[in-house]
Amino acid sequence: MNAQRFFDIQSRRDFLDHTLYGLGLGVLSHLMGVEGRTATAQPGALVPKKPHFAPKAKNVIFLFQGGAPSQIDLFDPKPKLEEWDGKPLPESLAKELQLAFVKPTAKVLASRRKFKPAGQSGIELSEWLPHTATIADDICLVRSMHGEAINHHPGQSLLMTGSPLPGRPTVGSWVTYGLGSEARDLPGFVVLKTGSATQGSTGNWTNGFLPSNYQGVMLRSEGSPILHLSNPDGVTAAMQRRDIEMISELNRDQIERTGDAEIASRIASYELAFRMQASAPGLIDISDEPESIREMYGLNAKETRAYGMTCLLARRLVEKGVRFVLNQHAQWDHHSDLERGLSQKCRITDQGVAALVKDLKQRGLLDETLVIWAGEFGRTALAEWRDPSDPGNIGRDHHADGFSLWVAGGGIKGGQVIGSTDALGLTVAENPVHIHDLQATLLHCLGLDHERLTYRHAGRDYRLTDVGGNVVTQMLA
Amino acid sequence: MENYGSAMQSSIPTAPMIRRIRLFSLGSGLAMSAVLATAQIPTASTSPVNFEAQIKPLFEQRCYACHGETIAQNGLRLDRKASALGGGHSGPAIVPGDSASSKLVHMVAGFQVKVRMPPAGDPLTDSEIGLVRAWIDQGAPWPDSGGDTLTAAEPPAEAGHWAFRPIRRPDVPRGSNPIDHFIRERLHREGIEPAPAADRSTLLNRVTLDLTGLIPSVEERRAFLADSREGAYERVVDRLIASEHFGEKQAIHWLDQVRYADSDGYAKDFTRPHAWRYRRWVIDAINRGMSFDRFSIEQIAGDLLPDATVEQRVATGFLRNTLRNREGGVNPAQYSFEETVDRASTFATVWLGLTVGCAQCHDHKYDPVSQKDFYELFAYFDNLEEAHIYAPVQGEMGPYLRTVNEYRRMHQEILDEYDVPELQASWERNCLKAGASPGVYLDWDLAWQELGLNTDGGQEIVRIPPAERTWRHANMITYYFLRAYGLIAGREKYEELGFFEALQRIKDLNVRFPQRSEARVVSENPDPKPTFLRIRGSWDRNGIEVSPSTPGVLPRRPDAKPTRLDLAKWLFSGDNPLTARVAANRIWQEYFGRGLVATSDDFGTQGDVPSHPELLDWLAAEFRDSGWDVKRMHRLIVTSDTYRQSSYLPAALAKQDPANELVARQNRLRLPAELIWDRTLSAAGLLHHDVGGPGFRPAMPDGSTGFKTGGTDWDPTGGRDRFKRGMYIQFQRTQPYPFLMNFDSPDFRAPTCRRERSNTPLQALNLLNDPLFSEAWQALAARVLTEVPDKGFESRLAHIYELAFGRRPTPAETDRFSHYVEDRRAVEGEVELFRDLPDVDGLDKSDLLVWTGVARILMNVDEFVTRP
Repeated sequence: MNAQRFFDIQSRRDFLDHTLYGLGLGVLSHLMGVEGRTATAQPGALVPKKPHFAPKAKNVIFLFQGGAPSQIDLFDPKPKLEEWDGKPLPESLAKELQLAFVKPTAKVLASRRKFKPAGQSGIELSEWLPHTATIADDICLVRSMHGEAINHHPGQSLLMTGSPLPGRPTVGSWVTYGLGSEARDLPGFVVLKTGSATQGSTGNWTNGFLPSNYQGVMLRSEGSPILHLSNPDGVTAAMQRRDIEMISELNRDQIERTGDAEIASRIASYELAFRMQASAPGLIDISDEPESIREMYGLNAKETRAYGMTCLLARRLVEKGVRFVLNQHAQWDHHSDLERGLSQKCRITDQGVAALVKDLKQRGLLDETLVIWAGEFGRTALAEWRDPSDPGNIGRDHHADGFSLWVAGGGIKGGQVIGSTDALGLTVAENPVHIHDLQATLLHCLGLDHERLTYRHAGRDYRLTDVGGNVVTQMLA
Repeated sequence: MENYGSAMQSSIPTAPMIRRIRLFSLGSGLAMSAVLATAQIPTASTSPVNFEAQIKPLFEQRCYACHGETIAQNGLRLDRKASALGGGHSGPAIVPGDSASSKLVHMVAGFQVKVRMPPAGDPLTDSEIGLVRAWIDQGAPWPDSGGDTLTAAEPPAEAGHWAFRPIRRPDVPRGSNPIDHFIRERLHREGIEPAPAADRSTLLNRVTLDLTGLIPSVEERRAFLADSREGAYERVVDRLIASEHFGEKQAIHWLDQVRYADSDGYAKDFTRPHAWRYRRWVIDAINRGMSFDRFSIEQIAGDLLPDATVEQRVATGFLRNTLRNREGGVNPAQYSFEETVDRASTFATVWLGLTVGCAQCHDHKYDPVSQKDFYELFAYFDNLEEAHIYAPVQGEMGPYLRTVNEYRRMHQEILDEYDVPELQASWERNCLKAGASPGVYLDWDLAWQELGLNTDGGQEIVRIPPAERTWRHANMITYYFLRAYGLIAGREKYEELGFFEALQRIKDLNVRFPQRSEARVVSENPDPKPTFLRIRGSWDRNGIEVSPSTPGVLPRRPDAKPTRLDLAKWLFSGDNPLTARVAANRIWQEYFGRGLVATSDDFGTQGDVPSHPELLDWLAAEFRDSGWDVKRMHRLIVTSDTYRQSSYLPAALAKQDPANELVARQNRLRLPAELIWDRTLSAAGLLHHDVGGPGFRPAMPDGSTGFKTGGTDWDPTGGRDRFKRGMYIQFQRTQPYPFLMNFDSPDFRAPTCRRERSNTPLQALNLLNDPLFSEAWQALAARVLTEVPDKGFESRLAHIYELAFGRRPTPAETDRFSHYVEDRRAVEGEVELFRDLPDVDGLDKSDLLVWTGVARILMNVDEFVTRP
């Protein structure tokens, strides 16, 4: 809100009279939020904003699989590799590969997985993804992803911010900056997390140089869901209410004393904080979910419970109008112990992921929610063998020139495969899709033109897609 | 391969890149050796070619957009004979008489290149390529008539840009502060009255916050309000500028610009325990009144000054603030290149207010800095080497020298006890062996690689015989070995060796014995390597060789063999107009919340123009002509009437000049995170001053750790040190202390010349509910109860207002709080104290609860977090 608009409001004497006590806060917030499609009580920055053109999707759930899952064992079958299994590639082929740890002389490792066609569309998926197979007709699988970064932090940074160098705003921040949020009493950009840390760390949900209104807010599924959400020891809800009222009253005096419009948005942010305190705990209290839903998300089994819970929370968040949910799961980085490690990761996540897509669909939300399943890059066809004393303990190195991910939901044509890699999975063969293309497509589904969604900083108009990006029209419905 | 690859994909999906075809054509898996290009260069046409009629129109239509007058991508122009035949940054494009060897032909045919030209639209047809080939084969005849006058003598296109013109010192009337003259003159023209002066109490708060980042003490306030003599305000200003806290406050803005942090960034994000020594230098330099030219020269090139002192070398810590990627598997050469790019860009942003990073990849149409300019600037920083020195601060050497022998003896005893010398020697031998033949000793390859990534220069040090290593180098390798040996030994063996315990004992020893402070600095490679322009900004694609040179749009200084020191001195040479303008504008910005040039980080052609160009030039000239006297500039601004205006915003003015561009009043500014921290602790009586010391770690709130992969390194600091000023909170780049980020701290990955000031519910939650803050409310309450022992509500309220805001409560506020206190007494006994503080003993618990509530409210209101 600009100062002038506020002043129009503030100069009406009755304004102060009406906003002296609790109820008045809502009135004030309403007055401040009139710019959006629906007036909400978000402080100015997060008021819903109009997209550039009619959107297909409203909200995003980004299922980020940190560490780079092996596409060769999950999404992109390469039977040709079996002929080379255990042998090194000829130098002419190996020398072009960008490798992080292994040398070009490393031996080929064919996948031990069986692939089966799934759904009506017959997309071939690994036996380790039986649940994802049940949503095959909803997903658009891209097998021709590529990017420049082959190390985790730069790779995650590229995927999240469009640049392999750290410091830019993340996709969730860009989307909330572009569209605001319709969530009345929750942040617009929420982060969920299971397992250990990702290499990108807080850089995966940073607002970068955008104002901190657009930072991702971590929501924990147990305990106090948001940092500093609980009152200090000894402060009851009634005391909190009373204290916030006092703060608001003193702040309103200050508006009168100074004419400073910005104070009004401070008042509104305290009110929103109070509402968040009231509503966020209910968000993680899933006692209102029926048994069938718990079963569907795998909440009744130890291995699938934690991840399933984050998937369920993601749905509950978009139901509340949260614009962007980043659900992170780490440690897909199988340099060694591929068989055990990767199968375990699949068992942990596969059910929750599929349940989320099905649940959104049965509620009619899939049409307006974009779901993305992606790691920062993929893994090599070459074996990595860190411990020579244990020949069974084998893994794969990083690979950014031809990997897979999928997108489903609003604006996306499901049941199709985009692009391919060559017979050995060494590089993209057809229809290369760069990370920037994915980002441009994602924004397109939300009604945003990636070239127009810019922010001027340090002498430059920055955008999510840096200087690249083309909407991949084949992915669109 | 960024946008162009995908641009091709959408428009010409049937023409994938050559490299892809090669791999995809791998039919049977047996034909591995036959993976050859299926694409070929179309054959040359055989008929004679007319340049004007056939080639020029083709170039015009398909090439000029990027290789023409307005933009010369990769240094190549195809609209000028000399440039076209001379080539671009990657060498000749046209070899007259040999089209098959001409890069231009390869590019348009997509032959053995990553990106086919043109990058957008249909590719050239075979017959078009055939024409070009024929023209080249026929000797590339190019008539001289066709506007081929471009030479190096062409003046820079942006010479007319205001910021690059010489500074002209305007005349000012004698008497009043010239700042007021310029501001008032403009207001007069606009028909706006300047605001009256702020009341004295507000003014004291403002100027104390602005100059030292603190609020005045009760005594300071009383003294000022009682001083009715002429010049009372000026005396306060002098006192504040002489205070050691002046350097702290001004350092915050400087450290934003130079992106100072206490850790590496990226995935591992190792802590930098010695980084603070540079911060201390900055604070000291400002407090000593160091002139801005010296302040700058020492940071950019202190190591190159004749007989450089330790302090001058410490100053070069500026060049060590870059992020360091130590993630396993990265190529150190790539990230070393990125750090050099970062140094060059940071230099340009900080001192020139120019964004040059865009030119890393190619030229841009409206950008005054070309790609070649960028790499010529980059060249100044391309031969610096990292170094680490002992940089003891006052009082350290005596105790150190008295105990060093004893310390080293005990240190060695610990190592011997755990058989470290022997095991380490064998580990080093194996590492060296793997380093010498990569891919052979698989189990040691990783150990060698990690040694290089996780230490600064460890691979070089292990090549030096142990007896010849310096004490610091020897320890660095030993400590690293003690941590890293588990990778080789396996967990069980490692635990058996007890190395964790050994490390802890050494750590304890290092705390128990006096140490010398250390500093991260740079030196110059005595045997410089050549610098190359990088094609498309890729670290591994060398273009033409370049020499160090300053950007072409600014006056150059003739230096035979330019060094970093010459670059630094060039900033302050008489004809460089940018340094003074940029610096003066940023000083102004910190006092008004907005620069005279609002885009204080961008003085280029895309930035804002100054709101008061004459004032800016006058300030710049004044700064320069005063011998770059920093304290004088600050004093000049804060003693102006313009600065002292009230920040009250009347309705009419809000309509007329909502952004306060004309400075018809002061601006209320939300305090930066660090100053909210300071004010909270200071009002509570908890703030502990240790000017310039090492950083500290407040306890991380629950749920704000575990985001970082490289270990936590976050043992909360205990004792009084946890109440040091907010600017000393350890800045861990990938897991910053949440309070800082909630209040718009920069992330210190790139220079920040102006901070955002947002208003968010997370800020509210932070100030309302963070246990650290609740400790402060209680301390403030205890302070009020102790300092006002009589039980009078009004006298206590007056005192708490004095401590929090430096003013008395209004009757309305008194009324509100009297109701509040009554309400709060009614719930007495139902709540526990937030936390036990030592000095709450003996205080009435019910009083403490009530006044803790009052303190909480005051520390959350807008007035508390705002500079008035």
